[in-house]
This record gives sequence, C-alpha cells and structure tokens, in this order.
Amino acid sequence: MIGGEIRRQKRARPIIGANLTQTLRNRVAIVGVADTEVGVVSQYSATQLYVRAARLALEDAGITKDQVDGLITCASWAEPYLYHAEMIAEYMQIFPRYCMGAPAGGGTTLAIMHHAASAIVTGMCDTVLITMADSQVSGLSRDKAVEMMSTAGHPQFERPYGPPIPALYALLARAHEHAYGTTAEQRAAVAVACRKHASLNPAAQMRKPMTIQDVLASRMIADPLHLLDCSLVSDGGAAFIMTSAERARDFKQRPVYLLGVGEGHSHEHVTQALNLTASAAKEAGERAYAMAGLGPSDVDVAELYDCFTPVVIIELEDLGFCPKGEGGLFVEGGRIELGGELPVNTHGGLLSHCHPGHPGSMFSITEAVRQLRGSCGARQVEGAKIALVHGQGGIMSTHCTAIFGSEPI
Amino acid sequence: MAEKDQHHHPHPLPQSPSPHLSRKGAGDGQAGRGADKPMPMPTLETAPYWEGCRLHRLRIQCCSECHQYQFFPRICCSKCFSERIEWVTASGRATVLSFTIVRRPVSPAFADDVPYVVALVTLEEGPQMMTNIVGCKPEEVTIGMPVEVTFEDWSDTISIPKFRPRRS
Repeated sequence: MIGGEIRRQKRARPIIGANLTQTLRNRVAIVGVADTEVGVVSQYSATQLYVRAARLALEDAGITKDQVDGLITCASWAEPYLYHAEMIAEYMQIFPRYCMGAPAGGGTTLAIMHHAASAIVTGMCDTVLITMADSQVSGLSRDKAVEMMSTAGHPQFERPYGPPIPALYALLARAHEHAYGTTAEQRAAVAVACRKHASLNPAAQMRKPMTIQDVLASRMIADPLHLLDCSLVSDGGAAFIMTSAERARDFKQRPVYLLGVGEGHSHEHVTQALNLTASAAKEAGERAYAMAGLGPSDVDVAELYDCFTPVVIIELEDLGFCPKGEGGLFVEGGRIELGGELPVNTHGGLLSHCHPGHPGSMFSITEAVRQLRGSCGARQVEGAKIALVHGQGGIMSTHCTAIFGSEPI
Repeated sequence: MAEKDQHHHPHPLPQSPSPHLSRKGAGDGQAGRGADKPMPMPTLETAPYWEGCRLHRLRIQCCSECHQYQFFPRICCSKCFSERIEWVTASGRATVLSFTIVRRPVSPAFADDVPYVVALVTLEEGPQMMTNIVGCKPEEVTIGMPVEVTFEDWSDTISIPKFRPRRS
C-alpha cells in the first residue's frame, strides 16, 4: 500500500520557540536507570517502590545517595503525601538543594525530565534523581484505580455522563476512524507489536504472544476499543539519574545524551479539544526535532505513550513518521515491530510491559537508555543511536517529546 | 440560533443537592439517574448554566465584543478576553462530533445504564459539549447525526442536558 512511499518529514518546520531552545542539546545526560519489579508487586508498598527504584538507579550509575543534589517525584495514588519529594528525601535521608514534587500524571512525567535538564543547565543542581512509582493493584485495587482515573473528567460537564477513561479515548479513536478510515485491525496491530516485544522482555507484566484476532475477540470496553486496546493496571516504579554532559563522563555507565526536548499543551478536558484527530504532539515533536537538529527519519527506535492503541497511531502521525491520516497504514505489516522500519515500544509499553499510572513514561525513558547502551538483549534494536520518547497526559492534552542519543551531536 | 437570556441573575442555588430527588419530566428514560452518580455542584461561575438547566434551557455564554459563543463558562471571552460576556439560551440543536458506546460502566452507579452512549456534540452556535445520546438505540448513533437537547431531572435543582435524535 504505502510501504516505501511513506514520506518522512526530514526537518521540522519553523515553530514558536524553536529558535530559543537550543540550550539543552548535548548539555545533559542520563547516567543511571532502573526499573523495579512490575505487574502485581505485593511485596513492596508504593513508597518502598520509589526508594527501591532510586537505590537500583544509583547502583546502576555507580554513585551513592549523597552524590545526588536534586530530587523530583510525583506523589503516588496509593500513598500520597502533600510534600511528596520532601518525604522521599526524608525517607532516603538525603538533603538535596533542588527538590520538587511534581503534580503530574501519565506522560507528563516526561516533562519532568525537561525540568530536570533545565535545573542542571541553570545550576540549580548538578545531579538529579527522578523516581516515580505507584501501587495501583496491590495498594489500591484495580477497581479503585479505575474509579480514581475516572475523576479526570470535568466534575460538572463530563462526569455526570459517566465516561470511563477508555470512553474518552474511544471518542478520539472513533473520530480518527471516521476521518481517515482507520480500522480495528490497525489499532490491534499496535497491541500485537507491544505484546511481541513484551514476550522478549522477561520483566514485562503480560508476555503471552497474541494476534490481531485475539485483540478483536476481547470484550468491548467502549466502542470501538476492546479490552486489549487498553493498557494495563500495575504496580511498579522506575528511576533515572541525570547530570551535566561534562560530569557524565565520570560515571560508570556510558552516558546517554539528551539531544532535544519539546512540549505542547492544548487542553485539559477532551470536551475542550479543538481537534480530536490531531494533537499537540505535533508542536512537542517539532520543538524537540528543532533543538536536536534532527527529523523523524533519523530516529532508530521510538517509545511512544500507548495508554490506548489509537494514541500510538495519532502520535506516529503528529510526530511526523507518516502523513496525517496514514498512521493506521503505518502500523500494518510489522512496521513498528522489531526488525521493522521503526520499532516502537520495545519493552512492551503500557499495553504489555506495565502501567502503574504516572510512572508510565518513566519506563519509556529507561528503555530508551538501555536501547542506546545496547543492553536490551533479545529485544535490542541493532545499532540504535537515536531514540525518541513521547509522553502524553490527560486525554491527549499535554505532550512532551524527548530525543536521546548514544553520542552528542 | 441563540436568544439573549432574560435570566441574568438567577436565584442562588444551594451548594449541595437536595436529598429529596425526583425524576419529574425525565428525558427519555435511558442512562437514568441512579444513586451515587456524580452530582454536579454549581459554582459562582456555573450557577447560571445550572439554573438554565433547571428551567430546561441550555445556556451558554456569548461575547458582546466579538460575538463568540463559549462553553465551558468563563469569566471572560476566550477569544478576545473581554469581560463583556452574557448568558444566552442556545437553540439546543447540535450534531454528533464523536461518540462511544460504554460497555463497562465507570462506576457501580452507572451499572444499570450499560450500554450507554457518551458523545461529544457540536452546538449549532459552535461550542462542544459532552453528553449522553438518549432516545434511540446506541447502535443507531452516527457521527454527524442531528440531535437536540432534552433534560433529565436529577433533583429539584439539578437537571442534566442530554441529546436525542432531532425530530425534524
């Protein structure tokens, strides 16, 4: 069908902020990453998962906790605290000079990486630890977690109509289907790719391979989204350590450099979305490409926010990997699987690796770093040098794109 | 289109819903009110909207400077930022922008309603609203379908605007 005809955008078009945002390219690097156990992790509380992730990331970086002078966290749902980052610092007995509890969820975790990079470049801290975790199954219960998520709707103008989160995304899926002819099979191909990758990842929550037919046969949650179009509910945590590019050379691990980062924010409530089939991923991506001086065709591996399958299709379009409306065609035929043109979500994503809520895109960052280190074993994208990570939060509301490289450019 | 609303200064609404709920003049009986559904709590900013709903009028705001209609309610026009905005009664006519049929209820309060249609509709005046489409089978709903407002009374003070296929 489209195959080799897919026209990838070579360079970003001029966009507001693009000329102002060169400041972070090659300036910071990730020097330590870790994931905790994920899935149903009943042996650790949410708070313990934060600290376990942090401890493992410090170990990966080869530093002690006292070498960290910046800390960012988001409060878990299972064990929330008003001053959450301060609570984690207290628990760890570290005394940072930069400490921020970020009120974020889902993919906005990625924007926190943007803040961390800025904090390093502006001298607010030298080495920052970002740790995120939650215990949505063991600490909350699946039903409670799903009910808490539904409070995302507007209390007066959305929630009285009873939309669960899948329904809010189903509105986008239906609109995309109507506008571009995207099919259930194409959405299912996203879930199948993630599951294939998860089957190669011993850490993933759901590893049994599945087919497009399996997705289509799973029960309907909110038309047109089936159960297997929806991401998981999980326990788990992840952490990473970021420092300046100069300092990064002194760490145990080969640094992974931040080449570009950008954000785009379009709304909070889906009712207020100006466009149901395109998102501010476009602005986020263009800003990140502009900072990096790269385009979609330079990307070797992409870790895209996949709370629901149609999100990946819209992101692929908005991030310039294919023209608008062709995301469904793009995901066909194994193009986003390992060995395909653009491997996506090599760890299994939120659909099959795990989705503990706000830590979701943390696993995209830790996976991207491992891909660029070349340490992913069976799921390694051979020769991966440039990784793109995209996170979104709300209902396609808030977007952040980051581009990482194995070398500065 | 919209007509200027005479009720600029609605009666103050209680900040919590009456415990004595009635279903007088309920919509079309689908996705009806169950216990524990999320009851809207009007605020200073939204009270004129909910007072309109109580009277079975769909009120939105219109800017007196640039004539843009808007919903959700705001202190000023989201286009020109003028504070000269007024409440008007919308025509109640809309078209379906997108929809989904919810099969797994969001909470036990909605369990008796499944399958129910959650939709975004575009009002004739321009703004979008979330709603339930009632008065037809869920499978009959399509994008672009003409619909009209109907109100479902949840309490003495709160009525919820829903939409049904437009009767030509």
